[in-house]
Amino acid sequence: MSLLALLSDYTIQNVVIGAALLGLVSGTLGCFAVLRKQSLLGDTLSHAALPGICLGFLVAGTRDIASMLTGALITGTLAALVMLVLTRHSRLKTDAGLGISLSLSFALGVVLLTYIQGTNNAAQGGLDSFLFGQAAATLRSDLWIMGGITLAALALVMLFWKEFKLVSFDPAFAATRGLPVATLETGLTVMVSLAVVVGLQMVGVVLMAAMVIAPAVAARQWTHRLGTMVLLSALIGIASGVFGALISAMGRGLATGPLIILSASVLVVISLLFAPGRGFVWSLLSQWRARRHLRSQQVLTTLYRLAMEHKDTTYRTQQGMVDTYYGIGTRLSLARLQKNGLVRLRGQDALQQPGWELTTDGITEAQRILDGLGHGDRR
Amino acid sequence: MIETLLQSVPFQIMLTGALVGMASSLVGTFLVLRGNSMLSDAIGHSIVLGIVVVWLLTHQQSGPFQIAGAALTGILTVFLTELLVTTRRVKKDAAIGLVFPMLFAIGVLLLNVYARDVHIDTHTVLLGEIGFVWLDTVDVLGWSVPIALLSMGGMTVLNALFIGLLYKELKLATFDPDLAKALGYAPGLMFYALLFLTSGTAVAAFDAVGAILFVAFVIVPPSAAYLITDRLSWMFLYGGLIAIGSSISGYYLASWWDVSIGGMMALMTGTFLLVAFLLSPRYGVIARLIRQRGQHRSNETRTLAVHLYNHEDSARRDEENVTAALREHLLWDRGKARRVLLECLDRDIVRREGDILTLTEKGRGLAREILAPHGG
Amino acid sequence: MIDTPHEPHLALHVEDLTVSYQSKPVLWDIDFDIPPGVLAGIIGPNGAGKSTLIKTILGLVKPVAGHVTIFGDTYRKQRRHVGYVPQRTSVDWDFPTTVLDVVTMGLYGHLGWFRRPGRRERDEALDALAMVNMQDFARRQISQLSGGQQQRVFIARALVQKADVYFLDEPMAGVDATTERAIIDLLHRLRDEGKTVIVVHHDLQTVRRYFDWLMILNVRVISQGPVEQVYTGPNLRQAYGGQIALLDGQAVMQDQPTTKRDATANHGER
Repeated sequence: MSLLALLSDYTIQNVVIGAALLGLVSGTLGCFAVLRKQSLLGDTLSHAALPGICLGFLVAGTRDIASMLTGALITGTLAALVMLVLTRHSRLKTDAGLGISLSLSFALGVVLLTYIQGTNNAAQGGLDSFLFGQAAATLRSDLWIMGGITLAALALVMLFWKEFKLVSFDPAFAATRGLPVATLETGLTVMVSLAVVVGLQMVGVVLMAAMVIAPAVAARQWTHRLGTMVLLSALIGIASGVFGALISAMGRGLATGPLIILSASVLVVISLLFAPGRGFVWSLLSQWRARRHLRSQQVLTTLYRLAMEHKDTTYRTQQGMVDTYYGIGTRLSLARLQKNGLVRLRGQDALQQPGWELTTDGITEAQRILDGLGHGDRR
Repeated sequence: MIETLLQSVPFQIMLTGALVGMASSLVGTFLVLRGNSMLSDAIGHSIVLGIVVVWLLTHQQSGPFQIAGAALTGILTVFLTELLVTTRRVKKDAAIGLVFPMLFAIGVLLLNVYARDVHIDTHTVLLGEIGFVWLDTVDVLGWSVPIALLSMGGMTVLNALFIGLLYKELKLATFDPDLAKALGYAPGLMFYALLFLTSGTAVAAFDAVGAILFVAFVIVPPSAAYLITDRLSWMFLYGGLIAIGSSISGYYLASWWDVSIGGMMALMTGTFLLVAFLLSPRYGVIARLIRQRGQHRSNETRTLAVHLYNHEDSARRDEENVTAALREHLLWDRGKARRVLLECLDRDIVRREGDILTLTEKGRGLAREILAPHGG
Repeated sequence: MIDTPHEPHLALHVEDLTVSYQSKPVLWDIDFDIPPGVLAGIIGPNGAGKSTLIKTILGLVKPVAGHVTIFGDTYRKQRRHVGYVPQRTSVDWDFPTTVLDVVTMGLYGHLGWFRRPGRRERDEALDALAMVNMQDFARRQISQLSGGQQQRVFIARALVQKADVYFLDEPMAGVDATTERAIIDLLHRLRDEGKTVIVVHHDLQTVRRYFDWLMILNVRVISQGPVEQVYTGPNLRQAYGGQIALLDGQAVMQDQPTTKRDATANHGER
């Protein structure tokens, strides 16, 4: 199927739009979660959505999307609260609080899910699709709900932009400036819950954690500004969503959720490796360059010292000697020095053996380096 | 008699559940103490990939090699996470949250592609089928024993042996990794070994409780035990007891309400945690509140004693050491000022003459005692 | 609670302040005044409650008893006139933001809800940066700064508020000698302009050179007043106990047995 044909398919349109909305909202809000070192809170919130979905179903009596998502929002927020209470009022640390809250909410979800299945309610079919998401079942009406939530979350971020920024960077200072820090932090947490709710239909409760973290981490590598980071993260989120949805649509019955997550993961890896400045490849390269430069300088000053010892500026050092001196091959360093016009290779003549000789530039350079070190006789 | 018990399905299910809980909380104790609980979540998810790959390669899942092979993905998760952290571009929590969803996603996609060849569906991945462990049995010495029971038993023994043999080394590596390193105990290696056992436990428990409920068995019983005791050895005991209790109560409640047995067992660990959280004599919320209230009260009387002592010889004594000062200077409201004053009068710390408050000899002694450690 | 102006002529008036964390008191009945226009130091051994005192004054920690006024009013009312420089290590310097942006954050309290910082705020922030000699770093990402530069940025963030009273929590900790010199010059300049500057300090050697007002704290007030009256052998010995040796009236810190083990033990208690 061609891309155009794909995009004109009604179901696929829904999936792509839904995935893009998810990428947009989770990319934006994920930035704040990651910067506040609450990356795994998204994981807990998403697992905690499961009991909420079941409760929403039980209350509504049918597979009513609005009540199930409301339930998910409520239980997600409750799970965050449980985690907070556990860590504030006992000696348990954050990691244990997150894990307890996550696993027990999920256990409750599983129990409720099996309870509903036991009641033989005909409408319950596919309730467990929320575990991995069921993108293909996305309806236009679902999109309106997802779009509404996304819009509300984005509006809040824009409205309270500078407050969210300050609270994420320096909450104590924010409090001394009179900002209601606790309210703003709660707001950010509830908004991550909103993003999770948008993602339930697309990627499900299990993989949602990555949608909160991955776009933000990828975006962080490319920029040093929060505004740009949020924008990029949203774009990366959208791109992952659309990629995943399209690959899934192109065939072989691959699930959309995992493909979206994999797309996001690939973008993270690319960013970590190649982003200018922070990219791993660049920093390895500049480390290697620095080391190469240092080695050349060392070789140059060694030649200079040998020349000085022989009181002869045209003294020729054999390469074998330099190699023994360093215990490794210095051929490449010497070649670089030669290219820069600091040394030259001289053959045998009446006066001396063949070997490497310093040029005038080389002598000046060696003196400059040694002076820079502060001692004329340092190696 | 024993034979009928062993052959009874409820007993086999409860025993499997108890073994899952015991094996998990053995290793979980160290994860909780080291502040690495969420690694169990990561491991639980990513071993799915290992299980699928091992199944596709060997078409078996329960042998020791299969368990070890699948457990390698758990180690891979930890390794990749630490690799990301050492690049210093990603914080630890974010690194965990990046790695395991990726491996898990690959696992799920493989399940998709090879759906016909693989024995598990995505549903089992998450929920487990502890109710059906009795279906899959092997003959051991003439008895047919569920495979899950056998592998969980094996893992429990293995974990217990590991911890038993390296008890003091693990203890040192947990509470003071630097010292352990200085003494040449290779805490890093021990930790990897521990995580390998955690992964193996996750694989063995997979059929019974799935990937996520496993997390509850790893974290919750040790956390509850941590709220009850300070002694490492007692933590193992309490953790094990909670695992057994949760398994039995979870089974009966699940049969009663006809819901997921694994889910109910996991939920019961939470009930034990709640009880410990509220009622533990030392670290429970209620005990803490009572203690804090007592301390708060005693701090208030001590505050007044120190206040009076500080101003006893000062020029502003008539302004500071009067009843009105409690409200105007200490900023206490009427009720609190009255309560503290009465308490101080009762305990013979303060004397009152008209509006003037003076310390008794006992009160002066108390104030000196409080200030003594701080150059008083 | 306080309706009438209370000690309005004092830059800072702390009365009978008692603070406890969990239920363990960390400050006992602190009475403490600072007149306007001085550069005041707060010194004391580790765990004396110096940072806690500042945090309580700024409303970040709730006291058990006592009250604080700044020029006769509560902190809440005087917020705009108070600048705060927290410890440098209290934030993550890898946060994606620029030097100029951090300094502008000092104005968020003035801006109020919904309003974004504009050209005027930017110019004010640049002025503040110039005061700490960091104007060339305005566009720099904060993770690329040295410790000393980070400290200057934090100080600029407080300066931009054009406050009357400044609180600095260990501004000299972990900065190079040049930065320390520059910071103390700046603080002297502020003092000469009539501002009140209150600094938590840890280096006893420099106390007499830097400050003109001093408070020695160890859970309670050991001594306070003009520095030459307060900085005496008996006072220091009372506060620091065996931790210092006095050589010719000059205090010398001895190696403190604050090992990592102590730190973790404290951590475990919480």
